[in-house]
Parts: sequence; C-alpha cells; structure tokens
Amino acid sequence: MVEFALHNAWLVPLLPALSFVIIIFLTKPWPTLSGLVTVGGMLTSCFFASLAAYGVFTNHKYAEEPLVYATRWFTAGELNIDVGIQLDPTSAMMIFMVTLVASLIFIYATGYMKGDPGYSVFFSYLALFGSSMLLLVLSSNLLQMFVAWELVGLCSYLLIGFYTHKISAREAAKKAFVTCRVADFGLLLGILSLQIIFGTLNLTELAEKIHNFDQYTTIGMMTLMAVLVFIGPIGKSGQFPLHVWLPDAMEGPTPVSALIHAATMVVAGVYLVGRMMFLFHEVPSAMELVAITGAFTAMFAAAIAITQREIKRILAYSTVSQLGYMMLALGVGSLTASMFHLWTHAFFKALMFLGAGSVLHALHDRADVWKMGGLIKKMPITGYTFMVGCLAIAGVPPFAGFWSKDEILLAAFDNGNYVLFTMAAITAFMTAFYMWRLFFLAFMGEEKAENHPHESPWNMTVPLIILAFFATVGGLVGTPWAPVWGEWIFYGHPHHVEPNYVIMIGSVVIGLAGIYLAYTLYLADKEKARAHALAKQFSFLHSLSFNKFYIDEIYLWFNHTIVDGSAKLFYLFDIYVVDGILINGLAAFTRLSGEGLRVAQTGRLQNYALVFFLGVLALAVVLAFTDPATAFGLVTGGAK
Amino acid sequence: MELLDSISWVAVAFHTLAAVAVISALLVVFVRNIVHAVLWLAVFFISLAGVFLTLNAEFIAAIQVIVYAGAICIMVVFGIMLIRRWNMGETNLFNSQTVAAAGVVALVTMLSAFLSFKSGVVEPAGDVPVNQVESIATALLTKYVIPFEVAALLLLVALVGAIFLAKEVKADDADSHS
Amino acid sequence: MTLTLTVSLYHYLILSAVIFGIGLFGVLSKKNAIAVLICIELMLNAININLVAFNKYMTPGDFVGQLFAIFVITVAAAEVGVGLAIIIAIYRNKLSVNLDDFDWLKW
Repeated sequence: MVEFALHNAWLVPLLPALSFVIIIFLTKPWPTLSGLVTVGGMLTSCFFASLAAYGVFTNHKYAEEPLVYATRWFTAGELNIDVGIQLDPTSAMMIFMVTLVASLIFIYATGYMKGDPGYSVFFSYLALFGSSMLLLVLSSNLLQMFVAWELVGLCSYLLIGFYTHKISAREAAKKAFVTCRVADFGLLLGILSLQIIFGTLNLTELAEKIHNFDQYTTIGMMTLMAVLVFIGPIGKSGQFPLHVWLPDAMEGPTPVSALIHAATMVVAGVYLVGRMMFLFHEVPSAMELVAITGAFTAMFAAAIAITQREIKRILAYSTVSQLGYMMLALGVGSLTASMFHLWTHAFFKALMFLGAGSVLHALHDRADVWKMGGLIKKMPITGYTFMVGCLAIAGVPPFAGFWSKDEILLAAFDNGNYVLFTMAAITAFMTAFYMWRLFFLAFMGEEKAENHPHESPWNMTVPLIILAFFATVGGLVGTPWAPVWGEWIFYGHPHHVEPNYVIMIGSVVIGLAGIYLAYTLYLADKEKARAHALAKQFSFLHSLSFNKFYIDEIYLWFNHTIVDGSAKLFYLFDIYVVDGILINGLAAFTRLSGEGLRVAQTGRLQNYALVFFLGVLALAVVLAFTDPATAFGLVTGGAK
Repeated sequence: MELLDSISWVAVAFHTLAAVAVISALLVVFVRNIVHAVLWLAVFFISLAGVFLTLNAEFIAAIQVIVYAGAICIMVVFGIMLIRRWNMGETNLFNSQTVAAAGVVALVTMLSAFLSFKSGVVEPAGDVPVNQVESIATALLTKYVIPFEVAALLLLVALVGAIFLAKEVKADDADSHS
Repeated sequence: MTLTLTVSLYHYLILSAVIFGIGLFGVLSKKNAIAVLICIELMLNAININLVAFNKYMTPGDFVGQLFAIFVITVAAAEVGVGLAIIIAIYRNKLSVNLDDFDWLKW
C-alpha cells in the first residue's frame, strides 16, 4: 500500500481535480453532494499523501535521491519538455500538509458556506485550487510548475471574487490577479532564460547543470536569472512591494482566505524559492536580496498589523509578515528553517483564519475587533483554539511557532548578519504584540451588548480542534535537541545546529514581553486610555501604519499620473504621428500618386504608341549625350 | 546635247517618283475622305513600284503592284464598305493628340534622316543580276526554305483567323459576349 | 550647263525615313481604325525601300534584301486581312471604328 502510494503520487493532485470535474459536469445541482465529493476527494488524496509521506520519511535514500517519475510532454525542435512527479522529503511534507489543511478547511467550509447559492461552484473551485497547489508541489519540471502556478493564480482570482455582488470582492480579485501576473512575468522570463542557457527545465538536471554553471554562463547572467525567478515569489508570496493584493484577498469567503494564507497560494512562492535553492545558492547577491526582502517585509507588515482594526486584515498582514520570515530563512541559506516555519505556520494560520471565520459567522460579518469583546465565554471552542494559535505565532514554547521561529532566528544569527537578526527579533516582538492585541480585544474583556454570539456547528469546530492540536505539537518534529526535521529537509547537507539557549530564551522573553505589553494596553486598562493616548502621541506613525504606509495610494498615484499620463502621450503620438503621418499620410501619398498616374492610363493605344516613340527619342538623346559612338552604332545597326 | 548627256535619267526618275510617293503619302494622311485616302494609297504603292524599278528590283516592283496596289487596296475598300456606307466626307479625321504626335514624329524623322544622311555617298557594290526571279526562287527554296514555309503557314493562319473574326455572329452568341 | 542630279543610298534612306514619319504620324493621330491600318502599310513600305536599297548597294548578288521585302509584303498582307477582320468584329459590337471610343486597355 505504501509502495503503491509512493509510486503513484500523481493520484494526489488528480483526485481533487477529478472532484472538480465531477461537480462541474454532474453534481452541480445538489450542493450537499458536491460538498461531499470535494471533501471526499481531498480526504482520499490526503490518505494517499500520508502514505506517500510515510514511505518517503521511512526510507532515507529519498532524502539524497528524489523519486522522479517523468514522461515527455512535448517536443518542439530542440525543445524537450517533460512532465512528471518529483517526490522527496520537501514535497512529501508539502503534500501531506496541503492535503491535511485543505481537508480540514473543506470540512469547515461545508458548515461555513451552508445555504450559499453558489455552494457547488464554490466547492468545485476549492477542489481545483487544492489540485493546482498539489500539482505545483509535486512538479518535477519548472514549466509544469509554472502552469500549476498560474492555475493557482486563476483559482485565487475566482475565489477571492466569489461574492460577485460585492464590488470590493471583485476589485480585490482583479488586484490579486493583476499583481500576480506582473510578478509571473518576471518568473516566466527567468524560466525562459534558464531553458535557453541550460537547455532543460527538469529540476534534477537543472540542479546538476547549475552546480557547474561556469561551463554555460557567467555569474552576472546567473544573478539576473535568480532575480527574475525571485520576482514571481515576490508577487505570489506577497513580499514587499507586491504584497498589496494579499490583505485585500480576505474579501473572499473565510475558508478561501484560510486556504490562500495557510496552505495553498502564498506558500507557493516560498516553496518555489526553496525548490530553486540550487540556483540561488550559487548567487550570493541574490540570496542577500531574498534575505533583505524577507526581513523588510516581515517588519513592514508587522508594523502595519499593529494598528489595523479588521480581524481578517490583521491576520492577513500577519501572514505577509510570516512569509517574510520564511523568505529571510531562505535568504540566509536555511531551507530547513524556512520549510519548518512554512509547516507550522500552515497550521496555526489556518487555525486562526478559521477561528476568525467562526467569529464573523457568529457576529454576522461585523469585523472590527474594537466592537468585539468577551467572545471566549460564548464561543469557548473557537476562543481557546484561537488562543492556541496566538500562543503558537507569538513563539511561546512548546507551541509549534516557537520551534520554527527559533530555528529562523538561529539561522539568521549563524549567518552572521546581525542586522537581519535584529529585524527578525523586533518582528517577533511586534508579532506577539499585535496578535495578542487582537486576542484581548476580541475574545477577552467586556462583552458588547449589541453582539449575540453563538458557538459554530460541529463541522466548523472539529477542524479547529484538529488544527489546534497540530499547532501545539507540530513543532516537536524539529526541536533543537532532536532535529528530526533537519535530517530530512535540507539543502546540500544536513547540518546540526547546537541549541543556542541565549537565542531560545531571548525569543521567549521577546514573545512574552509582546504579550505583556498587549495585556497592559488592551486588557488591564479597561478604557484603553493609554492605547488611545499612545496613538495620539505618535499620530504620525499611527496614521502611517493604519494607512499601510500609503503603498496603495502611491501605486494609485503612480498609475494615475505616470502610467495614465504616458499613456495619454502615447495615445496622442499614436493618433497624430503613427495614424496621422505614417498611416494616413502614406495612404494619402499612395492615393494621390495613384490618382496622378491614373491620368496617364488613358487606355488608348495611340497614346501609348506616342509615349513609346517619345521614349525612343529620349533614349536616343541620352545615348547621344553619354556615348555618341555607341549611340550611333545602336541606332544605325553598326553602320558608320 | 551636253545637257542631255549630263542628265542621269535614273536620278530624274527617282526624284520624280519620290516626290509623287511623298505627296501621295501625305494625301493619304490628310484627305478627309477615307475612300480617297485609299485611292491615294494606290498611287503611293505604284510610285513605290517605280522606286523599286530604279533599284533594279523588277520582281519586287511587280509584287508591289500586284499585292499592294491590287489586293490590299481592294481589301481595304471592301472593309470600308462593310463598316461605313454613308457620309464618306468626314471619315478620315485627326484625334486630339495630333500636335504632340506631329512634334514627336518630326523629331523621329529628323533623327533618322540625319543618320541616313551621315551614311554619305555609297557606290553600288556591283550589278544586280538580271535573272532575278530565278535567283530569288533558288534562294527561297534552298537557303530560306524554312522562313518561306513559315510565311506560308502564317498566311494560312491569317486566312483562317480573318474568316473566324469577321464571321457573322449568331444572336445568342452576341448576347453571351456582350 | 550640267544638271547634277544624282542618286545614292542616302537618298533612298531619307525617302524611307520621310515616308516612315508620315506613316507614323498617321498611326498616332488618325481617328479611324482603317486609316491607322493604311498608315501602318505606309510604314511597312518605307521599310521595304530600305531593304531593297541596301540590297542593291551592299549585297547585290545574293538578294537577301529583296527576299526580306517579300516576307514583309507577305506579313503585311496577312496583317491587313486580320486587322480588317478585327475592325469589322469590333464594329459589329460597338457600331464604331473611332479609336477615341476604345479605351479598353484601361481595364
């Protein structure tokens, strides 16, 4: 059975795709059945994924030599493109995590979306979304990965804009799609140049060839390609400056947000960079770019999250921030830490989004955390599981986030770049602060009279409990004393890092300090007077953060003045120069000269004969003037 | 007597005939009645036959009279009769490009006349043999037999073509062609 | 008193050129198609003068010029026959032999 799953991993993305097809063509009129098909497909897929992951993680040879099943997709001249499945510990971990989290989210969605008119369609999109992500994860070929990558982008567009009656949802969907497309263009250029230079897109072959890239190209070209490839993840994983779509993506139904933020979409970028480690590893400057982008994004997004009021928006910026962490880990060369954080983050972020969805479900979409309060009494399961998520993200041991965040801090510290390390540490503090601010404001404190919360149905709470379990123990696979994780998922060679107790304790202290600050400001102080006073005292910083550093406004300004202005210029150029002078002018010239020459075409033979003899005369004159001897010879036929 | 001896009668004949030929050619072009033009054409052909005689080409002269003055002139008159049977007075008019044509033609004529004049006085390379018909016949049927046969074929084709073209067209054919 | 009236090759050539010019003028400027045909005959005859004159002054013995004159006459006869037939056919369709009416080469 394990062997079967191991050698037929293609079933994992196929089954959700199958449920998509079944819903679209067969079960669309019966919502409950459609939901069952999707959940069933993903659960079966999860079963196979677990078996495959078990198979990979019990046989150490797959850590050295990935299991690749590939076949020729198409051949065009010199171009050969394969399609296949690559199973190694990283992708095995990913398919297990994605199928598990997606299954739970799907189960949750059956409760959350109950009664929605687009129920069946929603589940078909969810299935396709999951399938695309699994295909991306398992791809053995960059082009195949790009196809899946675009499929993920398409599904995100469909799902974010699912509430088509909401203008904001439609706008958010467009924003997500366009932003990702901009980034995908860079990725596509990168893939094309890799194909041109190395002649293959298969990950394993590419890794070997890039290892000896001296034979093919220069370091400058390598840097260019690495940066181009990195532009894709910048968009997909919401890194600065293309993060703007991610917070807006919460306009979709909450299960979609959970899916996008935790399991499927945004981690694709991190995963791609992880997969392309062999490329980035050869180019130190690209690695630095990845690390700096990650660290800056982490801090930047955390600074925004501190002042946001909508519950899902806070979580969205938290996702951006955590993705920055993962990029930072990749940038300092630790695939282990990055993938570890991806793994733990998937659980606690899915947990928190689903918890937020549960809250919104209970409060009828009233999203402002300042208008909530005391929810934990009416919604104990949601409340306590949410608290587990907050503990995990704040880095309190032994919850999952602690271990992975510690790993990242350690990696940054070992790398020797203390600026990045300090940024990461400050971000950890801010993360703990804003998450607990959210928790204290929404779940603790006084109950608000206008709210009538109620606990959600079982199919929403059970996934919460399961996710809370994983958010609690998920990190134990990679503790510093028993680094099982690092023995399996690594780039190059597994390296054992000695546990650094200073950093470990330091990160706990930082996390607890953040929680304590949130406590004093938002829970102990009933009137929140000090919080308001601080906001007023630093009103400039507060409005900067509250307005997301005006990035959207800057983009809008850029669009309206620079892009539209130059478009106007080009429009005028097009109308008056291209159309006016080049096209119409040329046409007018042709027409006028044609009309002029038309006069010569009398159609009368005698005219033509006259012109013919005029030509004879002209020829005689020309010849007489240029070369009289030859001229007379020609005319007289040689007689002198 | 001295005067009479000094006269080259061939030269006199040539100049007279040339004058007649040029004048009759001009009249062919300038008379307003096409039938008169054809009559002047006959005069032109006959005067040219005289010119050929001054060139010791009796056979060509004979053919000139028979074919041109005889056959072709009659054929043209028949053609005119077939297409125009009334008001012959204004049948041979000039078109709108006459002045331009006159200019071009004057230049072409002057050019070729100038070039001809440059050939200067040339004495005959020898006497033309007397038994012309026999010599021409021998040449035609030996050395030039292929052009001769081709010319015969050409006449046949022209005959058939002329009959086909000039044949009365049936009414339904005319409809389909128009 | 002597009358120095001579004749040489260039006399014939000039006569030929003049008649050729008259024929050409007619071809270019006559309205009537039959007149044009007649003028073409003038031009062909001008050529014949040339041929026969060269025959006498250049190669009197082998009759090449005369032979070619015969061929020209043959072709001229064929040409007049076919030309008249064409003119008659056109006349039957258009009821006109005025060349100004025929600008068909335009299409």
